[in-house]
Amino acid sequence: MSTAAAGGPATRRSSIVRARPWSAACFLLPALVLLGALVVYPIVYSVHRSLFDASGTGFVGLGNYIELFTDDDTLTAIRNNTVWVVVAPTVCTALGLIFAVLTERVRWGTAFKLIVFMPMAISMLAAGIIFRLVYEQDPDRGVANAVWVSVHDTFDEASAWPGARPRPDGELEGTGGSYTTKSAADAADPANLPLVGVPPRDLADAAEASPARPAGDGKVTGTVWVDFAKGGGGEPNAVDPGEKALAGVVVEAVRDGRVVATATTGEDGTFALPAEADGARLRLPASNFTEAYNGVDWLGPSLVTPAIIASYVWMWAGFAMVLIAAGLAGVPRELLEAARVDGANEWQVFRRVTVPVLAPVLAVVLVTLMINVLKIFDLVYIIAPGATQSDANVLALQLYLSSFGTGADQGVGSAIAVLLLLLVVPVMVFNIRRLRRENRR
Amino acid sequence: MRTSVRTTRSRARRAGIALAAALALSLTAACGGGDGGGDGSGASGDGAGDGREATVELPDLKGQKLQVAAVWTGPEQKNFRRVLDEFEERTGAEVGFVPTGDNVATFVGSKVEGGAPPDVAMLPQVGVLHQFAEKGWIKPLREGTREQLGKNFSQGWQDLGAHDGEQYGVYFKAANKSLVWYNTTAFENAGVSEPKTWDEFLEAAQTLSDSGVPPVSVGGADGWTLTDWFENVYLSQAGPEKYDQLAAHEIKWTDPSVRDALNTLGELFGEKELLAGGNQGALRTEFPKSVTQVFADVEQPQAAMVYEGDFVAVNIGDTEAEIGQDAKVFPFPAVGEDSPVVSGGDAAVALKDGEGAHALLTFLASTDAAAIWAEQGGFISPNKELDTAVYPDDVQRDIAEALIAAGDDFRFDMSDQAPAAFGGTKGAGEWKALQDFLADPGDVAGAQRELEAAAAKAYGD
Repeated sequence: MSTAAAGGPATRRSSIVRARPWSAACFLLPALVLLGALVVYPIVYSVHRSLFDASGTGFVGLGNYIELFTDDDTLTAIRNNTVWVVVAPTVCTALGLIFAVLTERVRWGTAFKLIVFMPMAISMLAAGIIFRLVYEQDPDRGVANAVWVSVHDTFDEASAWPGARPRPDGELEGTGGSYTTKSAADAADPANLPLVGVPPRDLADAAEASPARPAGDGKVTGTVWVDFAKGGGGEPNAVDPGEKALAGVVVEAVRDGRVVATATTGEDGTFALPAEADGARLRLPASNFTEAYNGVDWLGPSLVTPAIIASYVWMWAGFAMVLIAAGLAGVPRELLEAARVDGANEWQVFRRVTVPVLAPVLAVVLVTLMINVLKIFDLVYIIAPGATQSDANVLALQLYLSSFGTGADQGVGSAIAVLLLLLVVPVMVFNIRRLRRENRR
Repeated sequence: MRTSVRTTRSRARRAGIALAAALALSLTAACGGGDGGGDGSGASGDGAGDGREATVELPDLKGQKLQVAAVWTGPEQKNFRRVLDEFEERTGAEVGFVPTGDNVATFVGSKVEGGAPPDVAMLPQVGVLHQFAEKGWIKPLREGTREQLGKNFSQGWQDLGAHDGEQYGVYFKAANKSLVWYNTTAFENAGVSEPKTWDEFLEAAQTLSDSGVPPVSVGGADGWTLTDWFENVYLSQAGPEKYDQLAAHEIKWTDPSVRDALNTLGELFGEKELLAGGNQGALRTEFPKSVTQVFADVEQPQAAMVYEGDFVAVNIGDTEAEIGQDAKVFPFPAVGEDSPVVSGGDAAVALKDGEGAHALLTFLASTDAAAIWAEQGGFISPNKELDTAVYPDDVQRDIAEALIAAGDDFRFDMSDQAPAAFGGTKGAGEWKALQDFLADPGDVAGAQRELEAAAAKAYGD
């Protein structure tokens, strides 16, 4: 690191090499053998293997590469990998930077850092299993949906009888979740509005339905009830003994598309609408029956990749934070003080001083994470369920899936491996050049 | 890790045992009855009393270590472990169990490539058995095993384990995959009875739905349950000849018979209210959950029926429901002329040509091994010599007797006959195509195209 000392020994070392090349070779040999056996040979063999077919005997030239770029699964994998490489390292680094800068100023910063860094101590496999549970659909089991649903339900109340619906051939017909009678209401003839499909557990406390009687004073009356007696007995569309009432259902009288009157059913399922409702159609609005909100389908086809990236960020933001915090400790205080004295506000200090000074560290973090993300496998393999695995596919997973098993084609697998290598190369070159530049400085 | 824990345990156990094989067997039978609790005490009590005789001779394998790879987890793994324990006690070998995860073919394949295959693997797919035999990864059975096989198995089951006239596999565990399990309370409440035909089935489902219980629980998160649905409908509707042709990919998946079967299936999958949780809910339901949501709460079930094989009994065992009382079963309804009989099974194959591996196969082909698991439940043996009295309840006994009675008149699970890339890979091939169909049952033509494209690639034509 120290530039002053670098010149002298280097010259002496090169003179030794020139004088006794065999000794240099002796020292280099173990490293070369290891590198050759563990790095160079596998790379060369992979390239070689990628030019042969599944059995490994027939030469196919670039056939495997052509298959690679025409196969839907691999194309999805390439697209997803791009998303991963762009999003995951950026978000991790940004979060890491924010955490590092903020924790520098608080007294319990170390405790905070410890907590954020802790996920790094968990293996990818364990993290995958954890997030599989976090993203569970059922709000009673998955944390993500539990939070989402409770926020949603705060603003949007649950309905009284979710899932209730009329019989297909009955008096009510449905449009957009609400149900309207086919004929007009008549004050002299109470309206029967039968529904089915209510889970028995919801009906445990419900009272028995009673048939409504004509009110006589022009009011329109009727009953809303579950037209299904236990054991399947009972006559359809008639209020039979033992059939349960649906209390709290809103009934609207609609004339020419306008609501003229509303009523709510009582304990025994009956309702009474004012005289204006006579001759209007009765409607049970959809708000009575909307199903309980079930949260977001995190692992569905569209959200599965973002969801898995989020779990990656959870793991690696801590790593970014620790590296950046170390870099931050080396930022000269005087620079920040000088900026403040010159009248810069905190945002300007952060934006114009801290970030530029930290740039090399940020680059290291970003590049390390990029390399790391290119070969992401475990999280995707574990978190994505079977139905959406192909939507979440990434190159390393596709490599595994096409290389092993009975439908295995290690030719294609090797081709994917070579492609991955090519993708990593530019990042590596960047990293090496940056290191060189730094050493020269 | 897992192996080493097991090994220590078995070594400790072995130290204490210096009894003759027959005595040891009666001891394990007694233990089995105790552990089994209420579910099978009657049957296993008898077994212990008789002191079942060993029907197979096994070599002394003291000091040998074997590995068995199989897909089983949870209660199934525990029950299979009992079979292995018995083998350990009789031979002195140490047997480690390696769970393979969902994809047996991939797991075993990568182990073989890596040069360290397990001694014995349980292959759930006939197609994989053929592929492995072709590659020379599995070894032909020896004389002793073939003898047991000839004595205990009907020709149909023997042929399933053969490739090019050479016998490779022992069908240790069979499955009757044409059963619909239902919650009796839900059926009583809705006033419906066991349907015989597809139309009656849909009608019953509609009535159940009206009664407020979602009628059918589909474990769509696991693609294989969907292939089984399709196979039953197809076998019943298109007939066994077409079934064999489609299984061999002699007719394409774009065939009109496939369209008809998917349309029939769509009559169920297309009605959101007939599926527990709707289509999206079904896609998120794994097989174990598809069973427990029918039987976990006997009085207030989340679904009334679940279709799958006899092994559903294992998962029902995890709930409070009593098989035969709370949980009953009826044959898959007939879509065409007859009700279908689709079966499946796990074939034990040797990946190493050692004495231990072959001795284990011989043991698995014997009636003794079948009896150990049979009395634990959740297991149907294709072994025709097995006394059906060992099954823990009447429901399982009937299923087993029906399977034996069918003789050679059954069809093996089609997806298991296909190459693994098509019929046995998570998130690919038939599994994925049928999941897409479940998500969008209106698109029959699209599903057919997807199926044919995947099949053409996997069958290599």
